[in-house]
Amino acid sequence: MSKQITIPFGPQHPVLPEPLHLDLVLEDEKVVDVIPTIGYVHRGLEKLVEKREYTEYVFIAERICGICSFIHSQTYVQGIEQIMGLEIPERTQYLRTIWSEYSRLHSHLLWLGCFADSMGFESVFMNAWRLREHILDDLEATTGGRVIQGVCKVGGVRRDISPEKLDEMVKGLKGIEHQLQDLTNVFLHDSSIQHRLKGIGVLSKEDAYYFGAVGPTARGSGLAIDIRETGYAAFGKINFKPVVEYDGDCYARCAVRAKEMFTSIDIIEQCVKKIPDGPVDMKVTGAPDGEYLSRAEQPRGEVIHYIKGNGKKNLVRHRVRTPTFTNIPPLVTLLKGCELADVPVIVLTIDPCIGCAER
Amino acid sequence: MTFFEMTKTVLKSVFSRPATLMYPVKPAKKTEATRGHVKIDPTKCITCRICQRKCPTQAICVDVKEKTWEIDQMRCVVCAICVDTCPTKSLTMDNQYRPAMTARGGLEKFTVAGPKKKELVAADAAKPVTE
Repeated sequence: MSKQITIPFGPQHPVLPEPLHLDLVLEDEKVVDVIPTIGYVHRGLEKLVEKREYTEYVFIAERICGICSFIHSQTYVQGIEQIMGLEIPERTQYLRTIWSEYSRLHSHLLWLGCFADSMGFESVFMNAWRLREHILDDLEATTGGRVIQGVCKVGGVRRDISPEKLDEMVKGLKGIEHQLQDLTNVFLHDSSIQHRLKGIGVLSKEDAYYFGAVGPTARGSGLAIDIRETGYAAFGKINFKPVVEYDGDCYARCAVRAKEMFTSIDIIEQCVKKIPDGPVDMKVTGAPDGEYLSRAEQPRGEVIHYIKGNGKKNLVRHRVRTPTFTNIPPLVTLLKGCELADVPVIVLTIDPCIGCAER
Repeated sequence: MTFFEMTKTVLKSVFSRPATLMYPVKPAKKTEATRGHVKIDPTKCITCRICQRKCPTQAICVDVKEKTWEIDQMRCVVCAICVDTCPTKSLTMDNQYRPAMTARGGLEKFTVAGPKKKELVAADAAKPVTE
């Protein structure tokens, strides 16, 4: 047996946008063990729930993450509405669905750019981010914010989208769909990318289930887990199938994300076709009394907001389980047995979002 | 493996305008809905303090006695809840981002009109003063 050495990976590393620290135990060039450490950007947002009114806390819940911000606020608001037994208007449900799919598109494009850049494929990075700009422009025009939308509120949404704008949005998405197709074709069929990704970092279906993988990490291993199928917001009235790949390697996880973008565009189109007229918000009185586990599908996987209130304006407890936090044990499994040079690529295929994981 | 897949995109990029903006030399793209920064019309403010209570970051401070309205632009997260709840619509959202500033800057103080005084109506003035 050769001598073991430990190499620190992160918290500052060129491929990591956020601080995640991994201690890699190596034998020659092979990783035999991984010890992850998080806690570099902990902000204590959950504790703030005791200091702010439950209606104001929506803005704080939204700021848990800078990429899936809308879905965080949506999940929190859904939880509050379930506790209070509010029947929110149907148009609101559709608007929330449209915006959450928009944020999925923007998150996946961001990931595609960062991932390609980490492998030195800079032209894909620039093209992906140019397409993402189109998505962000639409988000800004409809909500007022590019990244932090701030459009959800307890009992509805703060802004409506006019029918003309909805048609314009669909037209714009149709316009970029061809470019997106070109981009994903280049990315998924490039021989050097396939050499770099195929057969590397394999997570078997059993391991994915056992270690609790969620989102594209689970779906890349053949587990068809998609919380959107439970039919929250307007997803129950929309026809769609989760994208599942069966190889479980890095390439499969990338393919899931690349194909999910087209599913999102399809969902937005269906929503625009089916969206009913009506009010977008309702008057909310009183305060939540009870507890609820609110679930939603983020770009990175399932997010759970646990909310507990005691009938006062301030909630008692708020706890968030984010997809990246759940995906760290599968990541450790993935890394065992791989080469040191493959570590950055494997880490990025789970799309880590440490801001989410630490809150 | 496909060949020349990227050619179309490359040619398009060569003959089209740059996708980037020369911000801040050129102004950033703005829409009607963009949340830039909060503005106040001091003549309409009645120092009701609803904005101060609703603000999630406690960026707004209203002094009822001194009749001042103060905002810390560095604390403000531009959520626009103050604009939505202002009863007299004295607060508005400007769609221009605020200019860059140092850590010490950002405090903006305004002297406001304060609550409306009950004006003497003709009927009141006509009443005879008792006692």
